[in-house]
Amino acid sequence: MQQLSSKHLLGIKDLTTSDIELIFETADNFKEVINRPIKKVPSLRDITIANVFFENSTRTKLSFELAEKRLSADVVNFSSSNSSVKKGETLLDTVNNILAMKVDMVVLRHSSPGAPHFLARHIKANIINAGDGTHEHPTQALLDTFSIREKLGDVAGKKVAIIGDILHSRVALSNIFALQKLGAEVMVCGPNTLLPKFIGNVGVKVELDVKKALKWCDVANVLRIQMERQQIKYFPSLREYTLYYGINKQLLDALDRPITIMHPGPINRGVELNSDVADSEHSIILNQVENGVAVRMAVLYLLAGIASDN
Amino acid sequence: MQKRLLLDSKLLDITISRLCQQLIENHGEFEDTVILGLQPKGIFLAERIKTKLESLLQNKIQTGQLDATFHRDDFRRRVTPLKANTTNVPFIIEDKKVVLIDDVLFTGRTVRAALDAMTAFGRPSKVELLVLINRRYSRDTPIEPQYVGKHVNTMFSQRVLVELKEQGTKKDNIWLVDKKDK
Repeated sequence: MQQLSSKHLLGIKDLTTSDIELIFETADNFKEVINRPIKKVPSLRDITIANVFFENSTRTKLSFELAEKRLSADVVNFSSSNSSVKKGETLLDTVNNILAMKVDMVVLRHSSPGAPHFLARHIKANIINAGDGTHEHPTQALLDTFSIREKLGDVAGKKVAIIGDILHSRVALSNIFALQKLGAEVMVCGPNTLLPKFIGNVGVKVELDVKKALKWCDVANVLRIQMERQQIKYFPSLREYTLYYGINKQLLDALDRPITIMHPGPINRGVELNSDVADSEHSIILNQVENGVAVRMAVLYLLAGIASDN
Repeated sequence: MQKRLLLDSKLLDITISRLCQQLIENHGEFEDTVILGLQPKGIFLAERIKTKLESLLQNKIQTGQLDATFHRDDFRRRVTPLKANTTNVPFIIEDKKVVLIDDVLFTGRTVRAALDAMTAFGRPSKVELLVLINRRYSRDTPIEPQYVGKHVNTMFSQRVLVELKEQGTKKDNIWLVDKKDK
């Protein structure tokens, strides 16, 4: 009998290693469930979950919604683009109004870092951070590390390179925390302008040459260039970025051993990742998506389990 | 400390042999019958019964492991949630006779959840329940076992402690203990 140490999932930073292991063990069981002919269990049938998305999302939103439905929860969806937020309502008011309709859990995506932490201080429902600005994206990191564990047997001792736009990536930060908690070595690689100034302080290796990074690592987690968050030019052109940091088959063929390729999606094909790599046998990109549902089911289930204590 | 031995290794062996004979009486060669052990401890018992039946019948017996955690009705109502275990049912139970196997039958709520969990693998033609220890007069549900190792009259303040070699104990022992002396 075990439970998570927190009633919210705000970031990987707040989780303990045993929390992550409990999530993985529970996700193993849910992965078996979602591969059955009947993919549904009734665990959350008396729970209502609001998916509150202030930012666009396809994968994360679908994945959360499927996870919720496979656990038999009632689901309401909210996206800011067609809501009263446009009329000037605050985040807290919006969410309090949703909660007044008796919602038990909130899955929140917001463009401001710390938005879920702010909500968690003010409302009673369990909050799950589905990405807050450039800060954290905990379920993505959990599903990434879960996928590494599935592919390579273990995360501890593995060398993982995170390549691309580290500066704007919440996936990078959450992955760094998760990988370090599970005992992996982490390297970040990208052009200097896309690396945060103090990235060395979180205990990761920094590499500017993508060839050296690929040679060093067991797993390369390739990130998308986030054009929507870049108000200024961080590199001369996309073509130049691809030339220096794009990963293609020739680069991988030049290595002495195969490495595992990951990408949190959406892929800019031909920019950070070539199709001959994205669709190759060493890519686990679609496994990541499948595992995403199982991992999110585990998170929802475990958080719902401790709700009764309050 | 109140601790009463219900079954030891030798008695357990005799009991399992008897249960196997009773199963053979009803299921013959087990052509249409599968057995499902309930997590966590029913799976060890199911494995022992399978081994014994296979040596008696010279026949392969389909055995699965079923975990009912996600189907329990006390989720969010108990202080600490139960940890889920592996479900491994590598066959479809549609139109099969199913024998559910568990170590202890108390309120019947686990079995109710298991009946629910089982439907994900098809609609069985018949379901039976085998338990090693039947705690009488304590049911919350209208569930009764068809095969019983031993009937025991117990109080709510007591629990049945099952120690099987598969969990790493030296000997098989099944005890009736007071709840506070775990």
